[in-house]
Amino acid sequence: MTANLPTWAAVVVGLLILAGAALSLLGAVGLCTFKTFYERVHAPTLGATLGMGLIVIGSILFFTIVEGRFMPRELLIGVFLTVTTPVTLILLARAALFRDRTEPQEKQGAAPPP
Amino acid sequence: MIRALFPHPILAAGVFATSVLLSGAFNPPSIALAALLAVLAPQVMRALDLQRVRVRAPLAILQLAGLVAVDVLRSNWAVATIILAGRKRERTSGFIHVPLDLKDRYALAVLAVILTATPGTLWVEYDSASGRLLLHVLDLVDEEAWVHLIKDRYERRLREIFE
Amino acid sequence: MSQTILAWSLLVAQALLVVAMALAAWRVVRGPRAQDRVLGMDTLYLNGMLLLLVFGVRTADTVYFYAALIIGMLGFTATVALAKFLMRGEVIE
Repeated sequence: MTANLPTWAAVVVGLLILAGAALSLLGAVGLCTFKTFYERVHAPTLGATLGMGLIVIGSILFFTIVEGRFMPRELLIGVFLTVTTPVTLILLARAALFRDRTEPQEKQGAAPPP
Repeated sequence: MIRALFPHPILAAGVFATSVLLSGAFNPPSIALAALLAVLAPQVMRALDLQRVRVRAPLAILQLAGLVAVDVLRSNWAVATIILAGRKRERTSGFIHVPLDLKDRYALAVLAVILTATPGTLWVEYDSASGRLLLHVLDLVDEEAWVHLIKDRYERRLREIFE
Repeated sequence: MSQTILAWSLLVAQALLVVAMALAAWRVVRGPRAQDRVLGMDTLYLNGMLLLLVFGVRTADTVYFYAALIIGMLGFTATVALAKFLMRGEVIE
């Protein structure tokens, strides 16, 4: 199935996808190790920006070579994710801020400004 | 005539490209379907009566896109090192207020996407009456430097493009 | 040769993404607050989508791309709905 893939392409595609997956994992590690919610919101953006981008580029390169034509479908995922991730994160941060303001916390790292 | 057929030309082009990519083929049937969708789908937007996007400097968009790409790379690296360093490194994160002069809704939306897409900064809340933005920064060293960076690096260019 | 290089790097990449999903799931279970769980769910969706993309490259089958797209859309809708719920659902009691 991937017989017509030259070695250089296999190495490049493999490295791109590995790097992307590693960045996403790092984001998930950050999600677990950061101490407050507002710090944790930053972590998944690693996977959603550069991690996703690397995997998308790797996938496009792979299918371009294997199918022998340029059809960058994965760009849709790239554009879609770039537009939606900020929306979800901003909404989530605002919801958290709203909750922290309305119900006072007994132990919250840093109190949000009014 | 053209306006009636294509009330939002950029949206129509986007719908066309999306449809072709989803079909995964560039042959007459998929092009016909894409063209049909590109004409029909934007008609829905008439009911919403949106403010038209006005772009002043198309070249500045490319410049901004390049700048953002570099910043995404750099801030990914910065946040990755922060995560890898774990608790060994002293670091403070916190909220800052940024006074914005941007008023255009689309420019503000683009700024929100840029700031949130670069790891390490998060757009939290914007008050349109006072033009004040609440921003959360993961690695907060110098508050003034961040305000200066956002105003000088992004806001100035966005005003060139949209206002 | 090129087959083995690609197969191994894809396998490792998938393993990394599965670990990332497990960490995100841990955050969903652990909490401590509702917004942490929602954020964990969002990360879980994101990594699941990336995993499907890598599956697509591994099998050289484009059908995984469509699955990834749908997962991404579902994740977006779910997270937005949950975030909205956090803002509205608990205020009006």
